[in-house]
Amino acid sequence: MLSIILILIAAFFFTGVIIRTKSIASGRKGPGIFQPIKDVVRLFKKGAVYSETTSFIFQIAPTIYLASVVMAMLVVPFGNSKGIISFNGDFIFFAYVLALGKFFSIISAMDTGSSFEGMGASREALYSMFAEPAFFVLMGSLALLTGHTSFQEIFQDLHLGSYISYALTTLATFVLVMIAMIENSRMPIDDPKTHLELTMVHEVMILDNSGFDLGLILTTGYLKFAIYGALIVNLFIGSFDYQYAIPIFFTIQFMMAVSIGLIESFMARFRMNHNAQFIVVLTSVSLLIFFGVLLMLGKFI
Amino acid sequence: MNIIISFILVLISAIALIPFLGVKWKGIVVYSVIVINVILSCYFAVHSLFGQNYDFLFSGSIITGLIHIRIDALSAWFILILNFIFLTGGFYGLFYMKSYKSQQKKLTLHSIAFILLYGALISVCVIQNSIAFLIAWEILALSAFLTIIFEYEKIATIQAGINYLIQSHISIVFLMVGFVWVAYKTGSYDFSAITQYASSNNGNAAIVLFLCFFVSFAIKAGLVPFHTWLPYAHPAAPSHISGIMSGVIIKIGIFGILRMLLVIKPDFTTIGYIILFISLISGLYGVMLAIIQHNLKKLLAYHSIENIGIIGMGIGIGCIGLGSGNQIIATLGFAGALLHTLNHALFKSVLFYTAGNVYLATHTLNIDQLGGLIKKMPQTAILFLISAIAICGIPPFNGFISEFLIYSGLYYWLKEAMLFSSITVIITVLGLVMIGGMAMLCFTKAFGIIFLGNARQAFKHEIKEVPFIQLAPLYIITLLIIAIGLFPKVFLNLLSNPVSLFTNLNNRAILPFHEKAFNVIQPITWAMWGFILLIVVLYIVRKIAISKRTAVIQPTWGCAYVAPTSKLQYTASSFVKSYSKIFGMFFLMNSKKENNVHGIFPVKAHLETHPYDKLEKWVIDNPIRLYKTFMGRFLFLQNGKLQFYLIYGIIFIVLVICVPLFYEKICLLIDFFKRL
Repeated sequence: MLSIILILIAAFFFTGVIIRTKSIASGRKGPGIFQPIKDVVRLFKKGAVYSETTSFIFQIAPTIYLASVVMAMLVVPFGNSKGIISFNGDFIFFAYVLALGKFFSIISAMDTGSSFEGMGASREALYSMFAEPAFFVLMGSLALLTGHTSFQEIFQDLHLGSYISYALTTLATFVLVMIAMIENSRMPIDDPKTHLELTMVHEVMILDNSGFDLGLILTTGYLKFAIYGALIVNLFIGSFDYQYAIPIFFTIQFMMAVSIGLIESFMARFRMNHNAQFIVVLTSVSLLIFFGVLLMLGKFI
Repeated sequence: MNIIISFILVLISAIALIPFLGVKWKGIVVYSVIVINVILSCYFAVHSLFGQNYDFLFSGSIITGLIHIRIDALSAWFILILNFIFLTGGFYGLFYMKSYKSQQKKLTLHSIAFILLYGALISVCVIQNSIAFLIAWEILALSAFLTIIFEYEKIATIQAGINYLIQSHISIVFLMVGFVWVAYKTGSYDFSAITQYASSNNGNAAIVLFLCFFVSFAIKAGLVPFHTWLPYAHPAAPSHISGIMSGVIIKIGIFGILRMLLVIKPDFTTIGYIILFISLISGLYGVMLAIIQHNLKKLLAYHSIENIGIIGMGIGIGCIGLGSGNQIIATLGFAGALLHTLNHALFKSVLFYTAGNVYLATHTLNIDQLGGLIKKMPQTAILFLISAIAICGIPPFNGFISEFLIYSGLYYWLKEAMLFSSITVIITVLGLVMIGGMAMLCFTKAFGIIFLGNARQAFKHEIKEVPFIQLAPLYIITLLIIAIGLFPKVFLNLLSNPVSLFTNLNNRAILPFHEKAFNVIQPITWAMWGFILLIVVLYIVRKIAISKRTAVIQPTWGCAYVAPTSKLQYTASSFVKSYSKIFGMFFLMNSKKENNVHGIFPVKAHLETHPYDKLEKWVIDNPIRLYKTFMGRFLFLQNGKLQFYLIYGIIFIVLVICVPLFYEKICLLIDFFKRL
């Protein structure tokens, strides 16, 4: 229960912090931290334009997209407190529920019959196909390390002891951050502020969404960020008490938002045709974590 | 006993009756025979699913010996699946075949083959005698062949049919080798002789014997590299047959593998690794090739290979669990495999029937020619969508439950795994995740291109939804798809007897099915319910919120281009272009180009691409080519002159008579040469 409240609060600030960091880094005055939330509220009040090509898929897709992410949020624990739903193998449910949202966002892009949106849909499907193995291998290695298969138990038993475990946690953080970037279509993979539709991934998929539906999609994006942030936080807080864990939660979420802002300010996007290779690299990094875990447990004979 | 005899009598009398009936009555008789026999076989199946085994002995003949018929929980599970698929598929077929009703003779053959197919499938599930089993297996192969080649005047269809016929006979050869081997050693054709033989000999003999049967059943099931008949046979057959074939005929291969595990009891760890490896390859290879297919039914056929792979993974994990004596892993593996068998039968048959609807409406299965069908055929589209989500293993439908069981089995295994096994687990997890991701790519493509967007081609005829009564079986299957997703516990309880057949093999402490591994099913059920509730609530909120807002209908935003045509839409090939660039090394893309586009005013050009299975080239085409070149050297013998053929005949007869006569002389001669 606690995790949901914290994630909601974090989602409230997260994108604002990214935008603020970017504006400071580029020397602009920039909008306030709450601008993204104001944008969403404004969109909720607006009417909508629907394409004449679209069917009911286009109408239900944003709702299902949001529902899938909310459902995934319910699974995420916070330190000692379980998520609302917690069972052995809940991370499988987490990944597959998110997949339903992706499925619908892809087919809703196809529903408009636009070549641009088809392009975005094709890329989204390909990238998420490559990104998922990394997550599963990562969670598998953590499950092997701790001997548990649910989010909460895994994170609770994840003690940082030896140097090798620090190295593993660093790698795990890297993998989770990069998965978060892929899932949210941020900088090294996709540039949300690009001007050219041909080079977009996520933005081009929602070209035809407007009004309330666009608001839903943006909200979903904010939530997704905070969820992955919460997963990363969980790697570190282990079984800390709440008075330490909660400040750590916000510090890490803030640091993540700032670093995303900095990455977006100082880095160029990868070439589109190399993205797939880059995402596969993540899987090999998580395989590295896996072998590290095997090393720690003394299973290399 | 009486019930079984009446089962057979109903079949035979129907077959005798059908040629004399009119077209309409043929359908009615076929369907009522299926219904009667479904009721008869369900009587046994339901009882034995709850733990009561039936054993019958028929006197048989001198050759076969006593024919033992046994209905246990495993056969019951498969009988129930195939009863359900035949009930729904037969009903769908009644309407699907309406457009062919002028072709009376073909329909007669088709009806007879259909009934025989059903009878053979049920018999294969229960017979415990090698020779009777082989006969049933042969009837199965032949009747399936006859149903596939319904439109035999098309060359592609008859080619696919013959391909299937040859490969199923290769499967029979392997079966025969296995059965004869045992019969030669023990002198009995009963399955219990196989058990005795395997247990009295050392482990290696049992493994080789099992592999012999495994190859045979793998050909039927379509595991890679024995899959090559499958992508041809499915598109060639009428849609209800494709659905039944994918739903149950290839599953009978899975049944055979499971049955032989029970009968032979080989070294489970070794066998488990072998099955796991082959299934992993099948799963990945099937879906990889599915993505690039342009023909909807061929795409679905490759997906059958993928799903057989997933089922096989479950079996492999179960075997390894048995081998290491871990009941939880074994239970999860076999439960996942058996449940996925049912699940795949359900969603794949719906997918094939919806493909049939698309074909009836548009007369084409080429994905790139379709588009925007959701507006013309909304019900078909929704049914397709639900099955597509289910086949990707995405909640809240049934595919997720079985894949979750297999994942859980893997992660349980990981806990106690050593180096080699933990690497196996991780590779399998990687494979399973990739399969899921690729299935999503494939089905977003299929659904998006066929049903969404604008029509890519104008059809001369009107495209309309098929009548509701034809959709009724699809709705029933879809209800079951949803029910398994929402009430998984009910179906897992049904599985407790079939699975305990396997877990009891160890003769260790017999644990009940309600293990702690299965406690997760309850929260999953809640999560599924919660998820659906959440979607509904959010949708209602959205509905209320936008009710006061204005909604305008406009053309799709073309990024400032104002004259878009439907040809500008993304096509199936362009949707998977970046994929096929990366994975291109695994399959061949034949492209035919005429008149390259060049210059300022290019002339009309033409490009065709045909995805081509690389494994088929290596396993089937190249050996056949080598064989042909080798045999080509003897082509001079076949010179078309009658005189020569007569001489061959005379030489043959002389040899046949002389060799026994001079046998001793020849032996002496050889001896003489040896001494030299």
